[in-house]
Amino acid sequence: MLTTAAATAAAAEPASEPDAPRQQQLVRLVRQDCGSCHGMRLGGGLGPALTPQALADKPVDGLAATIFHGRPGTPMPPWRAMLDEGEARWIAERLLAGFPELPASR
Amino acid sequence: MKRRDLLAALALPPLAALVPGCAQTPALRGTGDLGLVVERAAGSVVVVDTSARAVLGRVGGLGDLSHASAVFSRDGRYAYVFGRDGGLTKVDLLERRIAGRVMQAGNSIGGAISADGTLVAAQNYTPGGIKVFDAATLALVADVPAEVAPGQRSRVVGLVDLPGRRFAYSLFDADAIWITDCSDPAAPKTTKLGGIGRQPYDALVTPDGRHYVAGLFGEDGLALVDLWAEPLRARKVLSGYGRGQEPLPVYKMPHLRGWAVAGRRAYLPAIGRHEVLVVDTESWQEVGRIAVAGQPVFVMARPDGRQVWVNFAVPDYDRVQVIDTLTQQVVQTFSPGKAVLHLEFTPRGDAVWISSRDDHRVSVVDTASFTTLATLAVDSPSGIFFTSRANRLGM
Repeated sequence: MLTTAAATAAAAEPASEPDAPRQQQLVRLVRQDCGSCHGMRLGGGLGPALTPQALADKPVDGLAATIFHGRPGTPMPPWRAMLDEGEARWIAERLLAGFPELPASR
Repeated sequence: MKRRDLLAALALPPLAALVPGCAQTPALRGTGDLGLVVERAAGSVVVVDTSARAVLGRVGGLGDLSHASAVFSRDGRYAYVFGRDGGLTKVDLLERRIAGRVMQAGNSIGGAISADGTLVAAQNYTPGGIKVFDAATLALVADVPAEVAPGQRSRVVGLVDLPGRRFAYSLFDADAIWITDCSDPAAPKTTKLGGIGRQPYDALVTPDGRHYVAGLFGEDGLALVDLWAEPLRARKVLSGYGRGQEPLPVYKMPHLRGWAVAGRRAYLPAIGRHEVLVVDTESWQEVGRIAVAGQPVFVMARPDGRQVWVNFAVPDYDRVQVIDTLTQQVVQTFSPGKAVLHLEFTPRGDAVWISSRDDHRVSVVDTASFTTLATLAVDSPSGIFFTSRANRLGM
């Protein structure tokens, strides 16, 4: 699974896979900050659910674009001030696969 | 002493833990200086003592507490915690245990308790509407679906209690404000006000219970209902406060709940702006705006109204700013920790408790000197709720 995701990312966004510490930051950002609207367990809220089941029919490109550019007319803001396109795509891929949990804080 | 006697003596609890007469009787105490802090990632709450500035204990098993909030019974003993996953949990602050719990919806973002303390209402996204429970037993007593078309429900935001057994709330997907009278919970009566403005995202009721104000996400402006006037109607105030400027991306919805009314002025987050709007609560006209360090999330007045404290959305959420309401100036900016999510004043405002989610701590700050009086270790803290809310309208 990881190999497939990495290969897909490499094809679309060369050399943009976030490194391990950045991946940790992105997991925290999604769980905690996106979680304000989508729920920390990504079950939805003001924003839709972001579970693999809920996103099953959504293409990864569209998800990555929504994360990066936002969705005008809805509360979904563009996150481009805090992410690059490769990172948005990495998040989209992880959402489709089942998003990583936050490490236990203590 | 024989060895066997010595072992028996050692096995006894320390003398300090024993109360004369009966080891099971805890020391008597009141609840006026108690509260709870939500540990959003762990699904638990910690019970705190605002006099001792200490954590008294932890109660777990409350489910998904992202965006959790709490209201209190009139005696301050029980907190009703609304979880994101639709869980409604009654927590006994004195015994620090769960006194009742129901899964009442699929997705929920808060609630209110009636003025007489008998009814607890939850506002739900899924299924859209409110549900009303007996505060003693958590038995469902009324279900009011926010049905806006056949089979179609709106998400509910901005639920507050009004004098009597009434609740006011806003329908994000229907541009409406509904007011439900639960005097007879078996036959709730709902007054529906439509066309209030696009996408209400949260609301407050003024401390006197007279005005219900809903913030609008879909346009620059607020919807206002004078609850003392008959018939009830909503009018728009502060229309076009952005004056055609491109709004900034909103990384977190501002919260209007809290005490953002000081004296005859209301202080409100301007959505999509790095500004706090100042509104005269007699005329409901804008009387000023104050530039702040980011997108305001909570704009909260100290109980005496002398200061307004503001925190911000990502990426400016390490900061807190304090506005002096006499001069309308920012008089203090500081960084209590990473990801400040919430502020709560002690009952008379001598101190404020601030949660820093990513530093896993709650800071207690003196509101006169701005010195940090204490820091408490709390796991991913978010909402802070003190029992003094039990005595306020609209909480």
